[in-house]
Amino acid sequence: MYAFDYVKAGSVSDAVAALGDEAQPISGGQTLIPTLKARLAMPSKLVDLTGIAELKSISVSGGVVKIGGAVTHGAVADSADVKGAIPALASLAGHIGDPAVRHRGTIGGSVANNDPSACYPSACLGLGATIHTSGGDIAADDFFQGMFATALGEGQIVTGVSFPVPEKAAYMKFVQPASRFALVGVFVSKGAGGVRVAVTGASESGVFRWSAAEQALAGNFSASAVPSAPSSDGMIGDLHGSPEYRAHLVSVMTKRAVAAC
Amino acid sequence: MAKDSGIGASIKRREDVRFLTGAGNYTDDISIPGQLYCFFLRSTVAHGKLNGVDTAAAAKMPGVVRIFTGKDFEAVGGLPCGWLITSRDGTPMKEPKHPILASGKVRHVGDPIAAVVARSLAEARDAAEAIEVDIEELPAVIDMKAAVSGSAASVHDEAPDNICYDWGFVEENRDAVDAAIKGAHHVTTLDLTNQRLVANPMEPRVAVGDYNRASGESTLYTTSQNPHVIRLLMGAFVLGIPEHKLRVVAPDVGGGFGSKIFHYAEEAFCTFAAKAIGKPVKWTSDRSEAFLSDAQGRDHVTKIELALDQNGKFLAIRTNTLANMGAYLSTFSTSVPTWLHGTLMAGNYTTPLIYCNVKAVFTNTVPVDAYRGAGRPEATFQLERVIDKAAREMGIDPIELRRRNFVPADAFPYQTPVAVQYDVGNYQATMDKIVELADVAGFPARRAESAARGKLRGLGVNAYIEACGIAPSQLVGQLGARAGLYESATVRVNAAGGIVVMTGSHSHGQGHETTFPQVIAEMFGVSEDMVDIVHGDSARTPMGMGTYGSRSIAVGGSAMVRAAEKIISKAKKIASHLMEASAEDVEFKNGVFSVAGTDKTIDFASVALAAYVPHNYPLDQIEPGLEETAFYDPSNFTYPAGAYACEVEVDPETGVVEVKSFAAADDFGNVINPMIVEGQVHGGLAQGIGQALRENTVYGADGQLLTGSFMDYAMPRADDMPMFTVDHSCQTPCSHNPLGVKGCGEAGAIGSPPAVVNAVLDALNSGGIKVDHIDMPVSPARVWDAIQAAQH
Ligand SMILES: Cc1cc2nc3c(=O)[nH]c(=O)nc-3n(C[C@H](O)[C@H](O)[C@H](O)COP(=O)(O)OP(=O)(O)OC[C@H]3O[C@@H](n4cnc5c(N)ncnc54)[C@H](O)[C@@H]3O)c2cc1C
Repeated sequence: MYAFDYVKAGSVSDAVAALGDEAQPISGGQTLIPTLKARLAMPSKLVDLTGIAELKSISVSGGVVKIGGAVTHGAVADSADVKGAIPALASLAGHIGDPAVRHRGTIGGSVANNDPSACYPSACLGLGATIHTSGGDIAADDFFQGMFATALGEGQIVTGVSFPVPEKAAYMKFVQPASRFALVGVFVSKGAGGVRVAVTGASESGVFRWSAAEQALAGNFSASAVPSAPSSDGMIGDLHGSPEYRAHLVSVMTKRAVAAC
Repeated sequence: MAKDSGIGASIKRREDVRFLTGAGNYTDDISIPGQLYCFFLRSTVAHGKLNGVDTAAAAKMPGVVRIFTGKDFEAVGGLPCGWLITSRDGTPMKEPKHPILASGKVRHVGDPIAAVVARSLAEARDAAEAIEVDIEELPAVIDMKAAVSGSAASVHDEAPDNICYDWGFVEENRDAVDAAIKGAHHVTTLDLTNQRLVANPMEPRVAVGDYNRASGESTLYTTSQNPHVIRLLMGAFVLGIPEHKLRVVAPDVGGGFGSKIFHYAEEAFCTFAAKAIGKPVKWTSDRSEAFLSDAQGRDHVTKIELALDQNGKFLAIRTNTLANMGAYLSTFSTSVPTWLHGTLMAGNYTTPLIYCNVKAVFTNTVPVDAYRGAGRPEATFQLERVIDKAAREMGIDPIELRRRNFVPADAFPYQTPVAVQYDVGNYQATMDKIVELADVAGFPARRAESAARGKLRGLGVNAYIEACGIAPSQLVGQLGARAGLYESATVRVNAAGGIVVMTGSHSHGQGHETTFPQVIAEMFGVSEDMVDIVHGDSARTPMGMGTYGSRSIAVGGSAMVRAAEKIISKAKKIASHLMEASAEDVEFKNGVFSVAGTDKTIDFASVALAAYVPHNYPLDQIEPGLEETAFYDPSNFTYPAGAYACEVEVDPETGVVEVKSFAAADDFGNVINPMIVEGQVHGGLAQGIGQALRENTVYGADGQLLTGSFMDYAMPRADDMPMFTVDHSCQTPCSHNPLGVKGCGEAGAIGSPPAVVNAVLDALNSGGIKVDHIDMPVSPARVWDAIQAAQH
């Protein structure tokens, strides 16, 4: 770790004001702290978002679940409101990392980071969520722009995420054996906006919607309608699985998610 | 009723009070006033010529006290290798210098180039970043087969072909083995890899060096399994410090699994730097650094051939192994693929002819050395895998095939064709036990139930044997060991009856502080509370060789028993004087001395008091005091053996393997504390199952470690494990040590990997998917790949 200044923001505007040159927001720190310890980042200042009350609430109204940016995975997993409205979302949060990670890591940090193997981005895309930022609202379809890349503006923060409540939804995560992040994770939902199938972990372009499956399921929402594996072109190949294996798992996990809906 | 004291009692571990409440005293907990911090600048390049290290700018950075480079260590010895192996042609192994800090060349990612000593760790790190290193990159030598192909670069000039030694065992059997294989009814051949593992003890390594200018004594606090061995190696071979001026302390140590046996550069560095600077110097490894600097384990590539007659009798075994040494020879690296591996190739079987060829290979990777089981897991894995393959090929039930070849219970002592002589054993008994424990009879029903859910169920059963209780000094000396492998103990009975045992064994999780007092309690008829164990400090314990190779109770425990016997013998003389009887008539039982045929008695505490307050005492015949030391050198290895069974369920759609059950029937001879023994087996099984299914150490072609953190190195977790069924009721007590014990620390890790892999292959093959072998780790992706290959 290199030396840095630390500011604990009390409001979103304070936070945005404090985020100048080389400053970086910190939320749960579950991604950022290991990066700092390995001296892979050198922010001059860390602006802590976890003291901002407005970022720490969960609400359900008008068919929308709204989760503040600094809400921890553990809080989402335990929330009776979320469990009642979108059980798949609570379950997804409850299977991120381990208890220590879940009690620190936050939805804002996860969404802003957009790790290609992270779970939340698939829920955002798979439910057609809206990402609230200090610079305005952005549809999930426009927010995720490839591995670790988002539409979040410079110096802005994710303040929350609104998820429309679907008719049904399920998340199937095939864990990478070491990290237990998603080697392939598929979030499927059926709701007012139709069928959505979002895939994380698999693609070199980050989280994506598998449109062939969405179309097939729109006509017949059953596991047997899920297409066979998509092309392995552009899929991630690493120590834990080849592009072909990941492509295969996309189909298998989609089937299982549909079956679990 | 179960015993609640003494040998055989499942007493809770007394050390857990401090370990579970954060009251342990680990090396990193030791901080000495004025202490400086050290940071090692490590090579980021696997292989390169080190043209220069410019520390000028770094030396001026805030807080920096001194920066050391390889030049500072040119006059200092390299890290020694403790075992000389002789090649087939009679030449000694190639033994290039292993410098404290790289000199001339860097040879693996993580090779230390410079060490910055500063007031704080942060300042040391900052300065290390300002050091300018000029490295001319050379081609990295990573893959072993490529390394020995003749066209690779040389890791060391001393070994241009990258071969450290080419060992044949038993060389005289070579032609007979070849002939037997040629003429056999059936030969099963298997090519396999025993992958490289990282030990990853929970506590990373730490070293604190201290120098006392007044006394001229150096002290090293270190995370070691064997402080005396470090004192010997570092004092005599590296730094030239006589033993009376060097104290090595290994306080609480949070796991070692072998990786903390070895003498490491950082230990020598901190000791050296503390003296050079005149202030204590501390180094604490972080996890990332541990991945690049702790010696790693296994890493064999083997071809094994098993010849059988038409009835499935084993006729001969031939193996060819490439064993990775990494970039330098770590302390016991050379013995692992040879004497700890070739000598176990007979397994539990009567195979008359065996020949092993092992070529040890230098590569630009982290050094490889002993890791839980060391050589014996590699032997067991290849043998028990090839037997399973032979069973499938010949259509013989794999359990039956093993039974046909077991050394019979009445054949002990049994001389194997690979030098070692098994003293006792009963392999049919442990196989009977595992068949019962694993409910082999009920397996078809369980398989059908899995099939109904679309899953493939498999059963793997195998035997194992290991040699531990390491080791008879004269024998290992003939085999090239550069050390004796006895153990020592001093038993001190204090005036008021409290007992302290100072042992050369070292506990880093095994529970010595609980089990050793149980033995003394049994012998002296006192409660365990009266007995304390001192270990881990060269200044407080007699010269001992430490803990590895499941040797603590078999060798260290034996030394303690011998010392205790001397105490009893002397105490009897004192008691006989006090009771005015002849020593021959004095009996000692349950802590009370009595005179046969009379009602005269005196208790142990009174005798102890008399020894230290010798007013009424036979001073003309015996000395006062009640303290004895014994050194015990075993006459043979001990041979724990047993049978393991694993049941898995394979998801053919994803390749995921779930371990449904695991049962172990071990023969450890006598058992001191069953609960601790079971815990040791659980830990070993977790590591063995981890190796079978998860762990792997992968280097890129450029020598970068691709699995350098837990994000990619798959450590097994508690929820990966089934509930274990473990049993140690089949007991053939060791015939040559006083407690009849064999040792239990490594068995689980040795015996379990083949059971898991055999179970997966059984699941696939019985499900109609023909697969001969899958290399470990049998990960979902590998299983899926194998299924694809079989179906297309
Ligand atoms: C052992 C382990 C296992 C894990 N397993 C999983 C898993 O299975 N699935 C999964 O999805 N994730 C997993 N994670 C990641 C975890 O969910 C992290 O918490 C998450 O990715 C980052 O959230 P954070 O709040 O910790 O962010 P931080 O680490 O604080 O920040 C991460 C990045 O986002 C930025 N940032 C943080 N908050 C905001 C904000 N509100 N607006 C804008 N930028 C922001 C930071 O500047 C930083 O660049 C795991 C992490 C660990 C350590």
